[in-house]
Amino acid sequence: MLKRDMGGVIILFIMPLVLIIAVTLIQDSTFKTVSDAKIPILLVNNDNGKVSQEVYQNLEKSEVFTVITKIDGQAITEIQAKEAVFKGKYQLAIIIPQNLSADLQSKIDQNVGKILSNFGLTDTLSGKIPQKAIAQKEVKLYFDPAVQMSFKNAVMSSVDKMISQIETKSIYAAFQDQLGEDTAAFEQESFITFKEIVPKVGNKEIIPNSVQHNVPAWTLFAIFFIVIPLSINMIKEKSQGTFVRLHTNPVPNVIVMGGKTIMYLIICMIQFYMMVAVAVFLFPHLGLPALNVEGNLVLMSIVALFSGFAAIGLGILIGTVAKTQEQSAPFGSTFTIILAAIGGVWVPVFAMPEFMQHIAKSSPMNWGLNAFYDVLLRHASIIDIVPEISLLFLFFLLTITIALLYDKKKRTV
Amino acid sequence: MFSLTDFTLSVFEGQVFGLLGPNGAGKTTLISMLCGLIKPTSGHFTINGLTYSENDTEIKKIIGVVPQEYALYPTLTARENLMYFGSMYGLKGKQLKEKVDENLHLLGLFKFADKRIETFSGGMKRRINLIAGIMHNPQLLFLDEPTVGVDVQSRNAIISYLKKLNEDGMTIIYTSHHLSEAEDFCTDIAIIDRGRMYAHATPADLIAKTHNARNLEDVFIALTGKELRDDI
Repeated sequence: MLKRDMGGVIILFIMPLVLIIAVTLIQDSTFKTVSDAKIPILLVNNDNGKVSQEVYQNLEKSEVFTVITKIDGQAITEIQAKEAVFKGKYQLAIIIPQNLSADLQSKIDQNVGKILSNFGLTDTLSGKIPQKAIAQKEVKLYFDPAVQMSFKNAVMSSVDKMISQIETKSIYAAFQDQLGEDTAAFEQESFITFKEIVPKVGNKEIIPNSVQHNVPAWTLFAIFFIVIPLSINMIKEKSQGTFVRLHTNPVPNVIVMGGKTIMYLIICMIQFYMMVAVAVFLFPHLGLPALNVEGNLVLMSIVALFSGFAAIGLGILIGTVAKTQEQSAPFGSTFTIILAAIGGVWVPVFAMPEFMQHIAKSSPMNWGLNAFYDVLLRHASIIDIVPEISLLFLFFLLTITIALLYDKKKRTV
Repeated sequence: MFSLTDFTLSVFEGQVFGLLGPNGAGKTTLISMLCGLIKPTSGHFTINGLTYSENDTEIKKIIGVVPQEYALYPTLTARENLMYFGSMYGLKGKQLKEKVDENLHLLGLFKFADKRIETFSGGMKRRINLIAGIMHNPQLLFLDEPTVGVDVQSRNAIISYLKKLNEDGMTIIYTSHHLSEAEDFCTDIAIIDRGRMYAHATPADLIAKTHNARNLEDVFIALTGKELRDDI
């Protein structure tokens, strides 16, 4: 029947592939620092000193931003920058205040002078340093109101880190300057550094990437979308009358349900393998990392199979309870989106508010996603995923039981 | 819809039993119960001495059902539909294929066997619908308005075929709004309304016993009244 229904084929097989390619490409470029993905930002330099020069150079070096300091050959003013950003033409403007370099230097000299004089070391210098009060300087950031909080936080943290480094460097330089040329130079490299230890398979480090996060998440989402055609077909069977034939022949209802389940499981698995094939073979041609399924395919298939069970159970329940396609299609799609949202497909569960994290644990998509991540990113064994796949199967049994009981009750007069 | 009340009825082997009544009288409810589609909250019935609670599969093997709707998959061909539904009664292989071809021939649809149901006219769908219900030679056949919405030719073909099946020993329980068709086709008739049975006899006896009745329609109006049965 499916081969005669092009619409059905597109919904079941083509749409998930388009979805997974589009989402992975978008997500990948969000994190990737490639030259063609640079974000243009405005820099208003009212300082024109050493500090602002260093900020400019650091921003340019970051490979994330293209720094624009002039529009139509004219240096940008704060008002122009503010207007452009608030209208959404640019996502960010950085305003460096006047005399930042000079005032920072003065402030550092004052502080260093004070410290050294306490040690009786700077008689000659302390006299040279003006002791006037130096006002705090503010580097202003303007953000396009449409940018996401995560982008804002990342930029603010980077700018803060950059300024701190410049300050630290200046402090070291001031000490060195005050203590004389013959003093050994301070090492300015950070003493504490961070190193991410990633999981290893054998001696090979497995570095997680957007593909490994996205493919399982959106594969699961596509598997659950089977709820819609399945429930619609069940309602069609009721309205066409084929339901009557299926329930008046000697084949037990359990076998009819079993037949449906097996058929739709086959569709789920075809969907799954198609999406994996796209991620393994097509993604590298689109500039994305290939999905690494080495040694994981069997366990991934098991997770997909049990996720399929859960999705089919839900589809059968909706198809049993709904009276019309107009009820089942919007409900099925909306409910799937809700399960995906609370299950962590879009936003990781750890980033959700605490009460939502509890709710997330009740989403079968969350169980499936965790099992996929266990297999793909945490290199779990079959034993490790037993709790998740058991929950998925229990969800299937529960939904099927409710559907059968509801159907039985409905067919009593 | 009225639930059935104080309803006692026996249908004997070889009868063509007509259940007649206005819309919402309870005909489809009664047939649905007898087919095992819905369960009565009280009362009981047996088919060949068997009950659904104890012999569900055995009963379903000996009954055939032809629902009011075209209970067919529209994107499948006539042959594919019949092969599928026939296989559910244990028919398979050569036997199944022969059964399909034989019935398609008998109802004049053999040349359309490999066309999709969605391309069929109402009359053609009705005939395929009928074949799907009798592929396994049931002892008892339930027909819920088998000729509704079809042209005269298709109706004649369907009724002639049903008469032949009955002559071969098949018992038929049938509902219809075509009273002249029922008068001609049925050996026994029960007139029901508002979930109750108003009369039960042969068509000739019903006409004879009703004052001034010349045909079944007069009997029907005399028993169920002229009041419109609009209900939602």
